[in-house]
Amino acid sequence: MSITYVNDDGYYPSNEEHPRWEHEGYEMVVGLEVHVELATRTKLFSSAPNRFGDEPNTNIDPVTLGLPGALPVLNRQAVELAMRLGIALNCTVQKSTFARKNYFYPDMPKAYQISQYDEPINIDGWLDLPDGFRVGIERGHLEEDTGKSTHVGGAGGRIHGSDYSLIDFNRAGVPLVEIVSRPDIRHPDQAKAYVTELRGILVAVGASDAKMEEGSMRVDANVSVRKPGANFNTRCEIKNVNSVRSLGRAIEYEAQRQVLLHEAGEPVVQQTRHWDENDGRTHTLRSKEDADDYRYFLEPDLVVVDPGIEWIEAVRAALPVLPSERRAGLAAITGLAAHSEAIMVVTDRGHDGFVMDVAKHGGNAEIALKHLQQLPGAAGVPAEDVAKLTTMEASGGLTATQAKQVLADMVEAGGGDAETIAAGKGFEAMGNSELESMVDAAIAAQPEAWEKFCAGESKAMGALVGAIMKASKGQADGKAVTALLNAKKS
Amino acid sequence: MSDQPTTAVDLAWNVRNSVSKAVDVVDEYLARIDERDGEINAFNLVLTDQARERAAEIDEMISLGRDPGPLAGVPVALKDNLCTRGIPTTCSSKILADWKPPYDATVVTRLRDAGAIFVGKTNLDEFAMGSSTENSAFGPTKNPLDTSRVPGGSSGGSAAAVAANFAAVSFGSDTGGSIRQPAALCGVVGVKPTYGAVSRLGLIAFGSSLDQIGPFAHTVRDAAVALETISGHDPGDSTSIQQGPLDLSRTLDSGVEGLRVGRISDLPKGASPDVEERLEAAFDALREAGAEIVDVEMPAFNYGLTAYYLIAPAEASSNLARFDGVRFGMRTPAPDTNSMYTATRTDGFGAEVKRRIMLGTYALSAGYYDAYYGRAQKVRRLIANDFAAAYAKADVLLTPASPTVAFKLGDKASDPLAMYLCDTYTIPSNLTGDPGMSVPFGTGEHGMPVGVQILAPALKDHVMFQAAATLERHMQNHQDQNVSGS
Repeated sequence: MSITYVNDDGYYPSNEEHPRWEHEGYEMVVGLEVHVELATRTKLFSSAPNRFGDEPNTNIDPVTLGLPGALPVLNRQAVELAMRLGIALNCTVQKSTFARKNYFYPDMPKAYQISQYDEPINIDGWLDLPDGFRVGIERGHLEEDTGKSTHVGGAGGRIHGSDYSLIDFNRAGVPLVEIVSRPDIRHPDQAKAYVTELRGILVAVGASDAKMEEGSMRVDANVSVRKPGANFNTRCEIKNVNSVRSLGRAIEYEAQRQVLLHEAGEPVVQQTRHWDENDGRTHTLRSKEDADDYRYFLEPDLVVVDPGIEWIEAVRAALPVLPSERRAGLAAITGLAAHSEAIMVVTDRGHDGFVMDVAKHGGNAEIALKHLQQLPGAAGVPAEDVAKLTTMEASGGLTATQAKQVLADMVEAGGGDAETIAAGKGFEAMGNSELESMVDAAIAAQPEAWEKFCAGESKAMGALVGAIMKASKGQADGKAVTALLNAKKS
Repeated sequence: MSDQPTTAVDLAWNVRNSVSKAVDVVDEYLARIDERDGEINAFNLVLTDQARERAAEIDEMISLGRDPGPLAGVPVALKDNLCTRGIPTTCSSKILADWKPPYDATVVTRLRDAGAIFVGKTNLDEFAMGSSTENSAFGPTKNPLDTSRVPGGSSGGSAAAVAANFAAVSFGSDTGGSIRQPAALCGVVGVKPTYGAVSRLGLIAFGSSLDQIGPFAHTVRDAAVALETISGHDPGDSTSIQQGPLDLSRTLDSGVEGLRVGRISDLPKGASPDVEERLEAAFDALREAGAEIVDVEMPAFNYGLTAYYLIAPAEASSNLARFDGVRFGMRTPAPDTNSMYTATRTDGFGAEVKRRIMLGTYALSAGYYDAYYGRAQKVRRLIANDFAAAYAKADVLLTPASPTVAFKLGDKASDPLAMYLCDTYTIPSNLTGDPGMSVPFGTGEHGMPVGVQILAPALKDHVMFQAAATLERHMQNHQDQNVSGS
């Protein structure tokens, strides 16, 4: 899909508050095109199985191979998954049509791809990043995937110069949704956050497993740079970005490359560029002049897709809770920011529900969140056991370090009573008087350090705390020690 | 052998009631093919052994008291662009010369399930592109009524097969007149049903939005039974209409009393006087039978041909792109993929197919789309509007099926435009998806048959058949009214 924008129409004003990448007075303008394989049982237009990793050319049938006389029949499940995704991205779901995109390539069986062109199923939505930055969604349309070519011999695995090519048609006809963002992204981190958030939504609504490494989620980036406020400049499309990390690197490299060209007074040529993970650069793949004329026209073998208001509303009603809402839920019970690392990580792992359960059992949500972030296995322990542990820790009955060890035992045993395990480990709660005598002993042993600490050299505290921890065999609560030292100072 | 060929309805009745055996019926037809198809060349492939085996099965079913179906033992010929499992399906093209489909077209399955016996695959203009069956990679088919003349096209083999009584019923495809025009030229009944009434699954596509499968038969009733058998919704074709088989037989003898028959007053000129004369005779016959003749105007009718020669080639350029030598069919080896595509398609396609691929590719190209393909689609809507207005006044329309009787082989082979004009009267109903059929209505020049075309609104196929049956009855009662050749 290729859409050309010239200005910021539709850009969300609230985005102005967010950081922008800047280089030599230029900002970047980035739009992303994400292809996602839908998790359907069968292909988009036939009953051949949609399954990754099978023996080559086993999930095929006459439609997949484009045999003469074969006709496509649209997969209802694919339409439903596309609608789920569209609704989750705040899109309007509309009456849609399919077109033929004509070009010759050996892994394109019919020599045309059936794709939604001027009337896509999902239009005009948005995706809010965890920090509140809003990226407009232009469209999310259905199309079929191609087969997969392996070029043997020659250089670089390209078709040109290879000895021969092998084609696996298992992937041909697999349903894809292409999600085209508006060119709203202004920072590589936003691009990364967008893909991460989109992935979370895809998994949440069951539309796709969205694995970049398996190719079930593929990201192309359209990058240009400009002086803020100016019209958009010529863009380049970057392909072959295989991880979220690479996406950030590729965008940053490409933006810098374009800034250098602009500064040198050289034109940025509209082209498709290939990201090379090894040298960390983008390289010319093909320029616009080489682009095929796809000769789009309405696919006469298919009819208009009109899901109707009832189906759309049924899909909307059945939509699961999205990651953003789940994060908001955790933020509300922990008091942390919704896009704090702990909340992001725990929600992404799908353990937010467990933290909520701990809270329901009277546990301390913030402490539970911290433990879940550090020890994902804890989600396999009964929530009430973890609840008791967090309560003990919150009341000072266990130090954080002790709690961690108790929890590790629980994970191993599949649960257990926190108090019993703590007692078994000799983690009797250290009384304040016991701790105080340890503190006094440490001060007496290191008078110089104590003097420096009292004079305001906070570094000196380290030596004192270290001695106390040693004396307590690591069982003293760091926070309590610091508090005691500060109290004695004044 | 009597002068009047036995109808499919009678053949099936005889077989179902053990009056005759399917094996004998099939042998009689195979003998005729053996005797005369060397001259006619209606068939790309004669299925001698399969037909005999199937006939024996049909007889076996009868002897066991099971009913093989409404077409029990009826010898049927299939245009060679209808996929038949394990049996070569060539589209009369070198590029598919050795291709055996792994599946049957829906119509093939339905015919087999109705007891039909396939005697062969018939010749056509390559990929159904042509109006004379001269564009075949396997040589032209000749008109059985005069072998110096063409049978029409593109379903010339299927029309000739029925005309020569090589089959009681045959099937073709009609994209711009490819059933109706050869039916007219061979003096048989030919029907293009409402678009979507018959599944296209397993029909090798030419112009997908225009293609429709239909029957050739000796009689209107045979055509009705044949069409009833193959019609009805198929979940395998998304453009197939969500309804059961067409019901044509029930009202076949209802006559035309009170039926409003439209005469297109601004119909494109170009039909020869003998054809015009037979058309007038048809109006008279219907009037005589109680119909009312009404004048309608269809100013856009004349643009059908132009629009068609942009839309059909455009779709064809895409439909035929899959013949690339990668997965099936012919491959001309070459050093790299792109040269392999070029070499394979250069060797595999004939001149007319190449011409249309180029036309269609051009019409869809960036910068030309709006002027050509886009505009043609607008014209298509104008024609549909014209038809809607006409059908507000008339129940059916009458036109010639072909501007002339069968012409001589080679007459138009080197002039594509003259050939394209053969479809002037048939093309508009492909653009609108409405049904049309050609009924033999006497003879014109050189004693060759003239076909009258009856057009009707979508899903009014049964009304069209009523008018056709009336014209047929008229001919049976007035054999002397034929125009004699001069």
